[in-house]
Amino acid sequence: MTIELLTGGPRPHRAGAVATTAAYARRGLLKLRRVPEQLVDVTIGPILMLVMFTYVFGGAIAGTTGDYLQFLLPGILVMGVLFTAVQSGVTLQADRSAGVVDRFRSLPGWRAAPLVGAVLADSVRYVATAAIIIVTGLLLGFDAGGGVLGVLAAALLVVVFAFALSWLFTTLGLAVRSAGAVQGIGMMAVFLLVFVSNVFVDPATLPGAVAAFVDVNPISHLVDAVRALLHGEPAGPEVALALAEAAAVTAVFAPLTARLYRR
Amino acid sequence: MTLAIETAGLRKRFGQVSALDGLDLTVERGVVYGLLGPNGAGKTTAVRVLATLLVADDGEARVLGHDVRREAEAVRSRLSLTGQYASVDQDLTGAENLALIGRLLGRSGRGARDRAAELLAAFDLADAAGRPVKHYSGGMRRRLDIAASIVVTPDLLVLDEPTTGLDPRSRADVWRIVRALAAQGTTILLTTQYLEEADALAGRVAVVDHGRVVAEGTPGELKASVGAARLHVRFDDGGTAAAAAGTLRTAFGLEVVHEPGSGTLTAPVDDPERATAMLTELTRRHPPMTGFSLDRPSLDEVFLSLTARQEVPS
Ligand SMILES: Nc1ncnc2c1ncn2[C@@H]1O[C@H](COP(=O)(O)OP(=O)(O)O)[C@@H](O)[C@H]1O
Ligand SMILES: [Mg+2]
Repeated sequence: MTIELLTGGPRPHRAGAVATTAAYARRGLLKLRRVPEQLVDVTIGPILMLVMFTYVFGGAIAGTTGDYLQFLLPGILVMGVLFTAVQSGVTLQADRSAGVVDRFRSLPGWRAAPLVGAVLADSVRYVATAAIIIVTGLLLGFDAGGGVLGVLAAALLVVVFAFALSWLFTTLGLAVRSAGAVQGIGMMAVFLLVFVSNVFVDPATLPGAVAAFVDVNPISHLVDAVRALLHGEPAGPEVALALAEAAAVTAVFAPLTARLYRR
Repeated sequence: MTLAIETAGLRKRFGQVSALDGLDLTVERGVVYGLLGPNGAGKTTAVRVLATLLVADDGEARVLGHDVRREAEAVRSRLSLTGQYASVDQDLTGAENLALIGRLLGRSGRGARDRAAELLAAFDLADAAGRPVKHYSGGMRRRLDIAASIVVTPDLLVLDEPTTGLDPRSRADVWRIVRALAAQGTTILLTTQYLEEADALAGRVAVVDHGRVVAEGTPGELKASVGAARLHVRFDDGGTAAAAAGTLRTAFGLEVVHEPGSGTLTAPVDDPERATAMLTELTRRHPPMTGFSLDRPSLDEVFLSLTARQEVPS
């Protein structure tokens, strides 16, 4: 082992917040490229559900499988992307267990950069998941009445919402002790919220208490907005409501994550 | 010149456990300073407080003149920590890990990559540069971790148990790295459970136990304070051993330990030539000797003696 050149010359100028955030985001993308299975893992379930629900229950629920696909795809899009958001918490938990968080925290620079960088990198995964699900839907015969713009707007809205919700999962990731627990609790939470929403059935058919929950469930609001955008119907108030809820989730859980991270 | 590290009355509790119980440390710049203590002594806790990862419940800590609490950012820009457990990203390659740290510390993309390549070569990791770290051996990971701490040369390098769990060859590699860095003037705080390691690397040592410094000095002073090496001599029977012990007491004026009936005696020796003289004398006066061995007090005994001394009010 030769140990020369160990001193690295003069100390460079301190990196700014944008540069450090970009460096952390880059790291997230490198990891994603290295472990692409992650993406498939969480997308395969929603795709299977889309296919099975459409062809098994579709006729019974909506009269024809085609009609049910029109109804179901927007909800599956939401579900798939939100599942992916759980991964943000899993990654953060793993980083902390592995000591990576300690290394980052001992470096100078903007304190929130590792978190923001990681969550930004995760947005790329949301886009990929959204694309996979939408393309599958189109192949199955989904009729996107909203056209290209409607599809793009719907995907963008889901990605923004997932970005917001990922702060909930990073909070969870720092609150529990194992990556498996983050995965388990996170997926279960998304699944329950998705199940008791308007993703699979029209809430008009549900008993009172359940219908009431479905009505206040933010996932229902998001699905309403995404459905309208994909179908090419007016979506202004629905989109506004979903965005407001995304902002509220971020306002609560982003600072909470940052607090737990500093501990 | 400002001190590298200065702590006074540092305290930290975790529930019922007092991890730091009034830790006082003074470390000059330009030295390798050893923090020596058994598992659970509070070494990692102390190091985490210094690196601003943990806030102490009470007491003061300054790193290179900066208060760890009020001037945390200044501390972080001058201190590098290599934690007890590897803190590199397992999914990334060695080169990607180092380039990431370089970017985070303000190097350009190109500069960060060049520096990464330079360090990988210096640390004998050039061949593994493009492999994900999860495929590295423990020694390779440890070297990469230390490399990550000197991507930008820190004014104070903190290494928390850098050789624990490494095979002898990897340990020798780490020792060489520490010596090379020290030779270039980097101040290093190194924690270890091994007296031998503190002795080999550190110019000064603080012995820590139960979150407190129980002894401080050069390795030589510490060893002298806990007693010399010991000679154990074995005989066929307890009678011969007792007689031999008497000989050593009168002829050499030593405090010889001999349990009645035991065939073995133990005598302190301060220099090896004296041991030769003692053995010659015993072979001549009390043959036959069945065996002998020379050893130093183990770290356990060092701690026992140091903590025991603590409890006797002087
Ligand atoms: N995060 C923690 N939670 C609870 N106890 C802790 C924590 N960190 C350290 N301790 C306890 O504090 C004591 C000192 O630990 P540590 O500083 O890791 O010692 P060392 O590094 O010398 O082995 C130990 O008894 C350990 O169990
Ligand atoms: Mg430790």
